[in-house]
Amino acid sequence: MNNIFVYCEVTEERSIADVSLELLSKGKKLADDLKVRLEAVVVGHKVIDLEKLLYPYGVDVIHYADDERLFPYTTLPHTSVVLDVFEREKPEIALFGATSIGRDIAPRVASALRCGLTADCTSLEIGDHFENKTQTEYKNLLYQIRPAFGGNIIATIINPETRPQMATVREGVMKKELYSQKYKGKLKKLDAKKILKDDDFAVTIIERHMEKSRIDIKNSQVIISGGYGVGSKENFNLLFELADILGAQVGASRAAVDAGFVEHERQIGQTGVTVRPKLYIACGISGAVQHRAGMDQSAQIISINTDVSAPINQIADYTIIGNVADVLPKMIKFYKKNSK
Amino acid sequence: MRFRIIVLAKQVPDTRNVGKDAMKADGTVNRAALPAIFNPEDLHALEQALSIKDKNPEAEVILLTMGPARAAEIIREALYRGADRGYLISDRKFAGSDTLATSYALSLAVKKLAPYHLVISGRQAIDGDTAQVGPQTAEKLGIPQITYCEEIISVDAKKIIVKRRLERGVEVVNSTLPAAITVHSSAPVCRQRIAKLLMKYKHARTVTELQNETKDYTELYNNRPYLLIDEWTAADLDAQDGMLGLSGSPTKVKKIENVVFQHKNSKMIGNTDKEIEGLMKELMNSHIIG
Repeated sequence: MNNIFVYCEVTEERSIADVSLELLSKGKKLADDLKVRLEAVVVGHKVIDLEKLLYPYGVDVIHYADDERLFPYTTLPHTSVVLDVFEREKPEIALFGATSIGRDIAPRVASALRCGLTADCTSLEIGDHFENKTQTEYKNLLYQIRPAFGGNIIATIINPETRPQMATVREGVMKKELYSQKYKGKLKKLDAKKILKDDDFAVTIIERHMEKSRIDIKNSQVIISGGYGVGSKENFNLLFELADILGAQVGASRAAVDAGFVEHERQIGQTGVTVRPKLYIACGISGAVQHRAGMDQSAQIISINTDVSAPINQIADYTIIGNVADVLPKMIKFYKKNSK
Repeated sequence: MRFRIIVLAKQVPDTRNVGKDAMKADGTVNRAALPAIFNPEDLHALEQALSIKDKNPEAEVILLTMGPARAAEIIREALYRGADRGYLISDRKFAGSDTLATSYALSLAVKKLAPYHLVISGRQAIDGDTAQVGPQTAEKLGIPQITYCEEIISVDAKKIIVKRRLERGVEVVNSTLPAAITVHSSAPVCRQRIAKLLMKYKHARTVTELQNETKDYTELYNNRPYLLIDEWTAADLDAQDGMLGLSGSPTKVKKIENVVFQHKNSKMIGNTDKEIEGLMKELMNSHIIG
């Protein structure tokens, strides 16, 4: 069986994106299950400490294309490099982050290779499949598990015939875990000049304004999260106040983000970030499936809601029936009083 | 040559407001209980196309959709808002298509409409949220793609300048034409129906729809050929059978499950000073906070 490949995204700081490290961690487990090797594809320019960073995740081979035209990311040149590697190496499985970049390149690559691609997987497993129609048995397929239909169902997708089996995964869904500090792989440099053609530069970047991510919800131990029920941008200040004294981060449901109460980066749930904090305080969040899927692994959940029948209450450890604007000041007051 | 814009759009079940009756007892989706709507981001895409036409009245906006007979509804919606014409590609052979098979069929239809300058679609459809069909169609057409468009800054016969909305910022890019663009929900919402166009196109029908109507409109359609919405089958597209529908789809659904969350016995806390203070103390004592 052939190897598992992870497309590693290069960040603004010329390091490797967290989501890619998470995928390498998952990829290593799948590689061990299948007794194959883990390979990384890195496309960029002057990436910092690449080998030192990636090998401890159990990476056996890094395919590295280094060319000034490959940073920042543009679709066609990166696609050409990935196709060059995939056409030669014929990966069994290929994983991409479900990011602005991964969701742009993965479909283009899958279409060129005419292979299957599953977006936004929440779980990846190895399993077998028996096709009744053709009486064919397939061993060790990648089960690509994802929510579908607006999050109302969970589908297991397989690609029995085509390779690579391709999937994208959102940031935070897989856990970042080092394999071994001492692990050593090898670096294979790609000849970008040979791979890239003039046609690859049909799109050029004129201007970019990138912000460093200031909000680190994923790694926060306590999250105060607000929904549409918070009512206004002003009321969200209460969440920030509580978060501030607890050393927590503020998250939000899609409805709150769509209403413009807070930035999109704070969105938790299927189309946002997946979180697993020690404490999750859901303020005025009714708990649509899409939201619950992104936070139901929290160790403790407190729901503050005026609606007794809000679905979020079913997965909460504590439910406070009341208005957020009324309850939060009390929580702030009694935390301050007792923390002295 | 007229500047030709092809808008790719999909009619989708409205998954955003799923009621209790939308799921059947066996955990599968009851599509019939969900209203069919114009995919929201495809409406944003239509608006981008129409605003190009506002500035350049010579431009032509063609709506292309793949789906069952009733998907002609979204073609009418587009005509009411200012699209010039629409095509429905519909065939039993398309049933069960994943994004690869869908983009294959769409790309054949787009090629049939060549020469074109722009292919514009929404970033993703709310029933699948994959965001794959736009880039895959672009690849099959061999043209560049610009995803997550928030604004088309300028466009002429040879090039387009687009502002893209990314996770952590914005990017302005220049592309040669033809190109494919996928439009992000942060782009302007689509204009409303225009009364004059609603009157003009309210009888627009596909042949399949006409066959199901009792009244004979033959004369009407002879006099006003623009009311006939073109319908293409797999044969019209010269599509290869193996590339369509289930057999042309490398991804297979192995299993569908209902979403099940582990229910907890939620402890009810009264909204009183005493109970909330008790909760905060409990959290602090167990070192969850503080």
